[in-house]
Amino acid sequence: MKTSIARKVLMALSGFFLLFFLLQHFVINFSSVFGDGDGFNSASHFMGTNSIIQFGLQPVLIFGVIFHLAMGIYLELQNNKARSVKYAMNKPGANSSWMSRNMIYTGLMVMLFLGLHFYDFWIPEIKTKFIVGDMTGLMADGETLRYFHELQLKFQDPIRVALYCVSFIFLSLHLLHGFQSAFQSVGFNHNRYTPIIKKLGNLYAVLVPLGFIFIAVYHYLNPPH
Amino acid sequence: MSETTMNLTLKIWRQKDAKSKGKIVSYPISGISGHMSFLEMMDVLNEQLINEGQEPVAFDHDCREGICGSCSLHINGEAHGPDRGVTTCQLHMRMFKDGDTIFIEPFRAKAFPVIKDLIVDRTSFDRIQHAGGFISVNTSGNTQDANSIPIPKADADKAFDAATCIGCGACVASCKNASAMLYVSAKVAQFSLLPQGKVEAKDRVLNMVEQMDKEGFGNCTNTGACEVECPKGISLENIARMNNEYLKASITREA
Ligand code: HEM
Ligand code: SF4
Ligand code: FES
Repeated sequence: MKTSIARKVLMALSGFFLLFFLLQHFVINFSSVFGDGDGFNSASHFMGTNSIIQFGLQPVLIFGVIFHLAMGIYLELQNNKARSVKYAMNKPGANSSWMSRNMIYTGLMVMLFLGLHFYDFWIPEIKTKFIVGDMTGLMADGETLRYFHELQLKFQDPIRVALYCVSFIFLSLHLLHGFQSAFQSVGFNHNRYTPIIKKLGNLYAVLVPLGFIFIAVYHYLNPPH
Repeated sequence: MSETTMNLTLKIWRQKDAKSKGKIVSYPISGISGHMSFLEMMDVLNEQLINEGQEPVAFDHDCREGICGSCSLHINGEAHGPDRGVTTCQLHMRMFKDGDTIFIEPFRAKAFPVIKDLIVDRTSFDRIQHAGGFISVNTSGNTQDANSIPIPKADADKAFDAATCIGCGACVASCKNASAMLYVSAKVAQFSLLPQGKVEAKDRVLNMVEQMDKEGFGNCTNTGACEVECPKGISLENIARMNNEYLKASITREA
């Protein structure tokens, strides 16, 4: 934690963890566009009630997000201090990508989105499960699982759908730099594998956010009957 | 052979000394040939200023052939100007057009304080080098011939490439975080890739990184600006190697 490289490596490790989390989140969400949402329901119920996931992995995730955010802000402040007098004329575009220079801003936009996302889904879940004490995951009718139904309802609001779509664009920009950057940070750069990692990173950074956008728009266009 | 010359407007950072506040001052200059180097153009300006009884612009230079790393300058928003793979002394005026306005500023970093005008203090690099940028060899007459130790060609090439770093500081000047990672990683890699450098490899990377942080350079965010602006094409691969070595060394070092 004491040196620049140690902090950089921790930034990358939290990034890797978030990348892994995001992928599994995507796979589960994607199941909601197939069938009547049964697959999505059972996956959601499992993730929401399995105690290893709830009490083992969820705290790690929350810590990971907060750590990544706090470290990102700390590094940005330090980096600003390292050049106290700015250039009168500067052409950063001549030597680096927009994404790489604006990680803190794309990251903060993702954080704002996470606020909305928690308000939408996480807080109501926690309330039902731990405050009301209803661990069944069932709707008021006591028969069907509520997850898919709630998802459908939430995505009837066009403003919410639009906010989700815009946020995923920021996420995409963040990952277009972040994915390959994390490998470099942990010290992996090899002339045979790095070009593949960069391609894979671009693929991930475009396809996963695009997939999330597709899911949001799909449910907007297919209201519950 | 007829040759057209250029008239330019130079906007140069003037600062009396380390303590004074500086400002950008405009200087018109005419009759500049495209064959001149950027520093020769600066010489013309200074001659003009001296003739007018004004203080000439202070700037660093020594070899004027791209090997000493002494010349610096942030020219029109880029370290060593718009060309690639060159130092400022190797930059030709033909990269500019008649009528251009050219901003000339010192390399900016907290760890590179301005001494006067365009001259910055880069001794922070020297202190990093002192912290570990060397190998300890026996010079008492029984020194082993380096050629007697077989070295894989790929490693030798990479070490040689890293060793071409001239310590100019363009990497720091270009980095949005004023990070010195490219410089330090080149200095670490040029030794650690070779058998002679392996002996002190752990201490070297730990100590040089510690000194780098102490000097107040920023943190690397892998923007890659350094590699693009480096006159010697030092590769980002060196930074990854240093990160890797640093991690291993900090885990396995003795208490
Ligand atoms: C909570 C809001 C977030 C903020 C404020 C944030 C901020 C940052 C910052 C400042 C960096 C450092 C830039 C760099 O070193 O290149 C970074 C890197 C990174 N972020 Fe985020 N980020 C956020 C969310 C995310 C999410 C949700 C993911 C993945 C799904 C992610 C993945 C990454 C990765 C992979 C890196 C690269 C690490 C490295 O370069 O070593 N970030 N982030
Ligand atoms: S790495 Fe390149 S830009 Fe940085 S000091 Fe060495 S030669 Fe100059
Ligand atoms: S004066 Fe020596 S490199 Fe430019």
